[in-house]
Amino acid sequence: MAGTGKDKLPQPVKKNPQLKTAAPLVPPLRRSRLGLRLAGFAARGEFCLPFCAACDKAVWPPRDACPGCLAELDWREVDRRGELIAESVLETSPELYFRGRMPWRIGTVQLACGPSIMAHLHQEVQVGEQVEMGLHLDKAQRAVFMAYKNREGSSVNEDSQLRELTSDPKYRRVLISDARSPAGLALARALAAAEAKEIFAGVAESWRRDAVLEALEALDHVTIVPLDLTDSGSVKELAAEIGGKVDILIHTADQPRPGGLLDGSSLTLAQEMQDRLVTGYMRLASQFGPAMRGRGADGVNSATAFVTVLSVYAHANWPSYGTHSACHAAVYSLSQCLRAEMLGSGVRVVNAYIGPLEQDWYESVLPPKLDPQRLARDLIKGLQQGLEDIYIGDVARDVASRFREDAKLLEIELTGGGRE
Amino acid sequence: MSKPDQTAGLLDNLALDLASGAVEVVDLTHTLDPDFPVIILPPEFGQCARFRMEEVSRYDARGPAWHWYNFSCGEHTGTHFDAPIHWVSGRDLPHNTVDSLPVQKLVGRVCVIDCEAETQGDEDYEMDRAKIEAFEAEYGKIPPQSWVLMRTGWSRRRGADYVNLREDGAHSPGPATEAVRFLVEDRDIIGFGTECIGTDSGQAAHADPPYPAHYILHGAGRYGLQCLNGLDRLPPTGAILLAAPLKIKHGTGSPLRVLALVPSTG
Amino acid sequence: MAQARANYDGVVLTAPMSLPYQRFSNQSAHWWLLGCLREMLASVAIRPDEIDGLTVSSFTLHPDSAVGFAQHSGLDLRWLEHIPMGGASGIVGLQRAARAVQCGDASIIACLAGDTNQLDSFRQTLSRFSNFSNDAAWPYGSGGANGYFALLTDYYMRRFDTPRELFGKIAVDQRSNALLLEGAMMTRPLSLEAYLSARMIASPLGLFDCVMPCAGAESFLVMSEEMASQRKLPFVRIKAVMEHHNAFASDPVQFRGGWQKEQERFWHDAGSNPPDMDLIQTYDDYPVISVMQMEDLGFFAKGKAAEFLLQRDLTWQGDFPHNTSGGQLSAGQAGAAGGFIGLVEAVRQLTGQAGKRQVVGARLGLVSGFGMVNYDRGVCSGAAVLEGAV
Repeated sequence: MAGTGKDKLPQPVKKNPQLKTAAPLVPPLRRSRLGLRLAGFAARGEFCLPFCAACDKAVWPPRDACPGCLAELDWREVDRRGELIAESVLETSPELYFRGRMPWRIGTVQLACGPSIMAHLHQEVQVGEQVEMGLHLDKAQRAVFMAYKNREGSSVNEDSQLRELTSDPKYRRVLISDARSPAGLALARALAAAEAKEIFAGVAESWRRDAVLEALEALDHVTIVPLDLTDSGSVKELAAEIGGKVDILIHTADQPRPGGLLDGSSLTLAQEMQDRLVTGYMRLASQFGPAMRGRGADGVNSATAFVTVLSVYAHANWPSYGTHSACHAAVYSLSQCLRAEMLGSGVRVVNAYIGPLEQDWYESVLPPKLDPQRLARDLIKGLQQGLEDIYIGDVARDVASRFREDAKLLEIELTGGGRE
Repeated sequence: MSKPDQTAGLLDNLALDLASGAVEVVDLTHTLDPDFPVIILPPEFGQCARFRMEEVSRYDARGPAWHWYNFSCGEHTGTHFDAPIHWVSGRDLPHNTVDSLPVQKLVGRVCVIDCEAETQGDEDYEMDRAKIEAFEAEYGKIPPQSWVLMRTGWSRRRGADYVNLREDGAHSPGPATEAVRFLVEDRDIIGFGTECIGTDSGQAAHADPPYPAHYILHGAGRYGLQCLNGLDRLPPTGAILLAAPLKIKHGTGSPLRVLALVPSTG
Repeated sequence: MAQARANYDGVVLTAPMSLPYQRFSNQSAHWWLLGCLREMLASVAIRPDEIDGLTVSSFTLHPDSAVGFAQHSGLDLRWLEHIPMGGASGIVGLQRAARAVQCGDASIIACLAGDTNQLDSFRQTLSRFSNFSNDAAWPYGSGGANGYFALLTDYYMRRFDTPRELFGKIAVDQRSNALLLEGAMMTRPLSLEAYLSARMIASPLGLFDCVMPCAGAESFLVMSEEMASQRKLPFVRIKAVMEHHNAFASDPVQFRGGWQKEQERFWHDAGSNPPDMDLIQTYDDYPVISVMQMEDLGFFAKGKAAEFLLQRDLTWQGDFPHNTSGGQLSAGQAGAAGGFIGLVEAVRQLTGQAGKRQVVGARLGLVSGFGMVNYDRGVCSGAAVLEGAV
């Protein structure tokens, strides 16, 4: 339940098995097409508003011309600062989602960049104070504003209204689908540091011992669980066992191998990659997705995110790792499908995009390469901020911004040997 | 083909003995299970596919009255048969694939050499010619066109102990180079089988030639059987082995059900 | 100042009709509007085929508009308007109809407003009220009007240091008026203590700051004074009308409306002043909005409401009769009929048809409308001064 006091987030207690699990209701979905656009910015944590260059002012709500001069508007990243000028604590609502979470605090913020906007309020902010705005996806995966006193504050996530907008691992149980992947160990450590309640480390072929497995076994809060993404039976068995208590699933399986169609091609390798990456994603989603979808409103430790670590070359093929890019493109496409199927559950389908990692299979790739520790840190920060698309590292951010700028130009650059 | 009157009754005794239990049928096969280990090669090489099953239907909308699976695996997954074409040394031999090899050879006498004691103290134990000669001194000469199986008790191991991988590779028993050569050249065996993941020992990559069992057996058109289960249930001699791989076009091997006919001791 | 506005001489309002409200109704909006039309025509002995002009205001008529409704009604019309302006629909409908009659475009115009209230129609209407609301307001707690007006009221109270007792007085006095109205949602007296201690709906709004959504319909006729006289119908004359839309759009939170921009010319047109009014009917979806209309129409200065109103008696028999039928706060909010309730009541009062709650000697009345919280504020504002025929 949302609180409006200054209380810390309540630590979840064991569920009373006699009580019904709350149905995963979501806030209103309906938006105009312009309003939907805002979700794209929220997904990656940008604070953008429609902007009139002529008037040098932001505009809100979104519309098709400047109300000051009728000029066309574009979207720009704007100043997040403002002042809270009115507030209300809602005690009743005709929308079932809010009705079950009353009281709910909202306010009006006068933004430094022009308009005044309605926003959800962090418990720390008071009327008359300077605030900093966040743009987040809510449980309907639609964009909403949240007014903070300090977005970077140490206790910022101790807020029940904010928790509805984020996927903070704190108090939650997390499954890492392939803990032996380069990111696995780093993630397990970082999740423990982020106060995840329990970390299930999925390990395939326990008959193969290695140093990573030993390191995982030595970690507190980590439970090794058998999970082989290429084996439907294995995925099904684990889902039957722990599917009902996976609050965050982080899918880390990868198999980066150089090679394309003509050079260095191996169909068995391609099949193996497809099975592990693409069909593996489907196995994981189909077995764990339904239970997560049913627990989207299950209290403080509700199911909240289905996260996949994806190559940023899912957006556009990197021929040096051509088959690998294609497999990630397929998973990227499936993640979009999963987003549609998860809509209405409150469970966010999060993609964390990365470039080449510091690992053996990228030994011939020039830097910058991503350190797995950095991957783990930024991924968890993204969950704490409630992002849907997390771009980690210089390569991922560079490729993604070029993709947004001009997808065809990026293709030409990636396939044509680069710029002069 | 013989006339009926000449052959009538030839197998009648066998049939009666099977029915009465005087001849037992012993299963030497591991269950095809997704968790069963396969050979691990360096990651840059192509890998052996694990055994996998996908449910096609289970009396449901996908097939209302029936239940079935699609399964997939490598030719060399689980208890399996190696044909001569599997190894470079046997690649140009006639009838070297599972679909073309003479089926007459798939049923035959079997000699089982017990190396359990040696293996217990030495995971890298190599069965040498002397061990084979000691076997013959006790049980008689290995007849031509027999299968020879190396009993190590290894099939009782599970998981990591079965593969027994360390940083310097796998550690498991197998035949010495000269022993394989002796069996092929001096005893004219049909093939050689083992309880381990390969006919060669775990460290056989360092032998000369590398993987001598594979190299010599297949180079001479002989067969291999791997991942056999429970060889302690066979007598040293006197049993018949049935080891027929699937008839895969140009196949280099196949998972199979390995059975032995064993005179009852009871 | 722009060219002087033509007056409304020779045009009158008559036949005030209200169908008693119901909390929930399974009937359609069409049923309510047609019923009100039938009762109104019967009350003045006018046949349907004499009606040649029509205005319609309704939220739950959707997907029909005035056009579809015309077909439902069977009326044969020379002039037709759909007026989707919520709380300003009465004033705006009156203005449009008066000009049409004045210009000879139609001779008898029926102005109708009403809505049904099925179990979920309130949420349905709110959850798809406008693009702005869908994008920028409804997702924030979905308080609907309660949420937006809570913020507006909070801002107003902080800015003008307003005590809740002021809003309480408006609600309490209207309740006494409603006790004399047939079909009012609220049927028990309200004390200031009860107002102040009622549960919060959306702070600072408590239970009695909010209207009860219900089903109902209101209507009146516009025709020439000559025709009304011939038919011996009691009528009122139109002294002045104003409308203004989207005024002060850049105020961060609404604390004033279009009346302020029109105030001077409006009273000039009316030939009277606020103190001359014998009664006033404001749009009262929340008490703060009634206060805003009084301020912006010049009854007292901005922020001086407490000083003015707390001294006065706002009931039908008081020294400042306000919302004499109980207004929406006590009678209920029947959707777009809320934009007519004050106007229809004013016609009743100024024609001496208000029965037990008749304001004695009422001749001049002010009616004010406020419509369409498209997003965070009411966009449409309107007002009229009406005069009873002596």
